[in-house]
Formats: sequence, structure tokens, C-alpha cells
Amino acid sequence: MDFETTLHVASELAGAIWVTLALAAATLPLGFVLAGIATWARASRHGSLRAIASAYVLAFRSTPLLVQIFVLYYGLSQFAWLRESPAWILLREPFACAVIAMSLCSGAYTAEVMRGGLAAVPKGAIEAARALGLSSIKVFFLVTAPIAVRRALAAYSNEIVVTLKATSLASTITVMELTGVAKDLMSETFAVIQVFCMVAAIYLVINSALILGLRLLEIYLAPQHERPLRHQRRRNRKAEVRSADA
Amino acid sequence: MAADASILQMLAWGDQGWSRPLLFGLGVTVTCASLGYVLGVALGFAIALAKLGSNRWIAGAANLYTTVMRGVPPLLVIFLLFFGTNGALMWVARGFGYTGYIEIDAFSVGVMAVTLVSASYSSEVFRGAHGTIPAGQFEAFAALGLRPFLGLYLVIMPQMFRQALPGLGNVWIMAIKETTLLSVISVAELMRVVGLAGRTTGQPFVFYGAAAVIYFVLVAVSSRVFVAVENRMRWG
Repeated sequence: MDFETTLHVASELAGAIWVTLALAAATLPLGFVLAGIATWARASRHGSLRAIASAYVLAFRSTPLLVQIFVLYYGLSQFAWLRESPAWILLREPFACAVIAMSLCSGAYTAEVMRGGLAAVPKGAIEAARALGLSSIKVFFLVTAPIAVRRALAAYSNEIVVTLKATSLASTITVMELTGVAKDLMSETFAVIQVFCMVAAIYLVINSALILGLRLLEIYLAPQHERPLRHQRRRNRKAEVRSADA
Repeated sequence: MAADASILQMLAWGDQGWSRPLLFGLGVTVTCASLGYVLGVALGFAIALAKLGSNRWIAGAANLYTTVMRGVPPLLVIFLLFFGTNGALMWVARGFGYTGYIEIDAFSVGVMAVTLVSASYSSEVFRGAHGTIPAGQFEAFAALGLRPFLGLYLVIMPQMFRQALPGLGNVWIMAIKETTLLSVISVAELMRVVGLAGRTTGQPFVFYGAAAVIYFVLVAVSSRVFVAVENRMRWG
């Protein structure tokens, strides 16, 4: 690969990184909200609500994401009434379709992560909070949620990596993100291995940064005595410096 | 066929209906997934042994392979193989003095892609399973005078597979899901057939919906089978 091609490849990829990041950044919060709703519904008192939420999680976890994207993007265009409705403004956009399909899928997986986190909260802690006379909302926000978030973070960082990799499927419906651009560059320059290595490096760097960030968040959220010793000391030192300043 | 044909007519058996092509596509999907899965699990086991072995360089290479394959979208691996294998094979063949043109069909590329990705995941499953086996088992077979390879085969592997089964079930489901991506390199699997049917009849929703149902059933049946096998292989 000569210098000119390298420069061309690098500049094309640099533009595509933002598309990939934008897809992930739009998908993850939406998926999180959907997962929250599904988790809430699965714990609801109404049987029908529970059934709907469970069916949603099961359906989106047992079908391939590509099928979901194609049903949404190619499948819905079959209906004339939908093409004339205002929703079509959103549904004819490949980017929006990719984000909607990926959010639904990510929501189903994240709902499982949330369930795992909630199941890891000790019953005794909740009973203790109730015994102190806290209302159920306070019990949730002061006791259940903080513990569940800490327990679920590792699994959620896994889900984030899965979502980042899933953004590559958007290229099948003409959203030119990293993998789609890589495909064009491979067939255009014939420098297949070089392009692969560059794109793989980009994905690995993004993945590692996200995993590291979440790991730090996990340490930050952990109570002092549960932290790794290294992080405990550093924080205490900071606290000492702060109190000395004051 | 008319665009306004009823769903039953479209899915009917015979020349007019799409059942036969769909079934054929499903056959390609299952063949590709199972070939890739079996090869991938075998390769994954070898990679797991490499990671657990005493040679640091081989273990490092195996870890690098797993990290890359698990950190990169499967679609990118498919493109690498699709655009890269012909050139690589011709380069190797030129070393042997053969200068002709070699081309690999898309199906083989698909099997290779599923193999490489499921190998990386199953190697992690095997390594995890290896870690759950108590050190006493290793000491016990050594005390019986078994050589490491024989001990691994007779004592460790049966226990490892039992531990690895749930993870291997997940890898199989991932393999099925990965085959859908092969439609982009024109392997005639289910997604490809469904796309063609949708374009021909003008009813893409029906056919993509049918594909969703078929994959759902495939995944549901697979997980049932894996649970049944797990139950059978449980202790006591």
C-alpha cells in the first residue's frame, strides 16, 4: 500500500468512525430506556403486562438482529398506509431504522442484564430498608438501585461492546459506518489485510476505552471497603489533600 | 406471480409457492452453521489448549486471536475472508509454482467465517470450563501414572465438556445468527432467499416476518436440545 492510498484509507475511515459512534450513542440510551420499561413491566402486578414484556425480550433475543433491521427497513415499506403516514419521515431514513431496530434488540438484552442485577440485591437489605420505614420509591432509589447497578455494570459493559459491534449491520441498509466503508475500501484498493487491521484496531481501541471507562465507574461506585487496594489508597490520599487545603 | 396473491398462495408448496426455495435456504443456513460450528469448536478447543499451554508465545498469539475476533464485528471478518482468501490462496499457490487463478465460492467463505468467529468464543468457553476443574483431578490422574495427554483425554475432557455445554449452546445460537450476515456476500441462505422472495412478490414484510419466525423456531429448538443434553449429562 503506497502513501497516497494509506492517506485515502485513513481519511475515509476517520469519517466513518463518527457514524459508528453516532449509531452506538443513539442506540445505547434508547435501549437502556426500553430495557428499563421492560424490566418494570416484567415485575408488574398485571399478568398481561408481564406477558407482553417477556414476549418482547424473548422475541428480540431469539431472532437475528439483521432480520429485525430488514423487517423494519425493507418490510414496512410494503404497506401503503404506512408510507403515507407521518411516521414514514422516520422510517424511510436508514439511519433511524438502524437505530430503532438496534435499540429494540439492545433493550431486550439489557433487560436481562437488569434482571440479573436486581436478582443480585440481597433480600435482607430491602427488608432492612422497609423496616426503617422508607417508602417503596425511597427503597428503590436508595437501596435496590445502587446495589443492582454495581452488580450489573460488568454485564452491561459486555452489552455495550455487543452493541458497538452490532452497529456494523447498519451498513447493510446503506448507512456507511466503519465496516461498510471498510468493505468499499477493500474492494477498491485490494489492500484487504491492511484495511482489516486498521479497522480492527479502531474497533479494539473504542472497545477498550469503553471497557476501561466502565471499569473505573464500577470502582468509583463501589464502597471503600470493596475497592481494590490501589484505588482505595489513591482516593484516601486525595481526601487527605483536600482536608489539608481546607 | 401477482403482487396481491394471498399469503397462503405465496407460501404454498410447488412451482408457484415459495416454500421450496425457503426450505432450501434453511437447508443452506443449517448446513453452513453446523459445518462452521463443528470446525469452530474443534479449532476453539485447540486454541484453548494453546492458551493453557506452557509456551508463552503460542499462548500470546492465541489470546491475540481471541481478542481480535471477539472485539471486531463478524461482518468485518466476513469481508476480510471474502475479499482476502482468493489473493492469499493464490499467493500460497505461487509459492508452489502454480500461477493460475483460484477462486473460492461464497459458501466456503461463509463456513470459514463462522468457523473463525465460533472458534474464538468457544476457546473462551473451554478455558472457563478448564478453570472450574479442581486441581485434585490433575494430581489424581498424575498419581495414577497417566501421561498428560491421556489424562487430559480420559479425566479432564469429559468433565470439561459437561461444564462447557451451556457456553457451547450459546456459541451455536451465535453461529445461526451469524449465517444471516452471509447474505451480503450472496450465499443463498435463508435471508437471501427471503429477500429475493420479498422483492419478487412485492411483500417483503411477509417474507422477512416468515424468516423471523423460522429463526425463532430454530433458536428455540436448539436451546431446548442443549438443555436436554445438559440434563442428561448432569452428575448423579
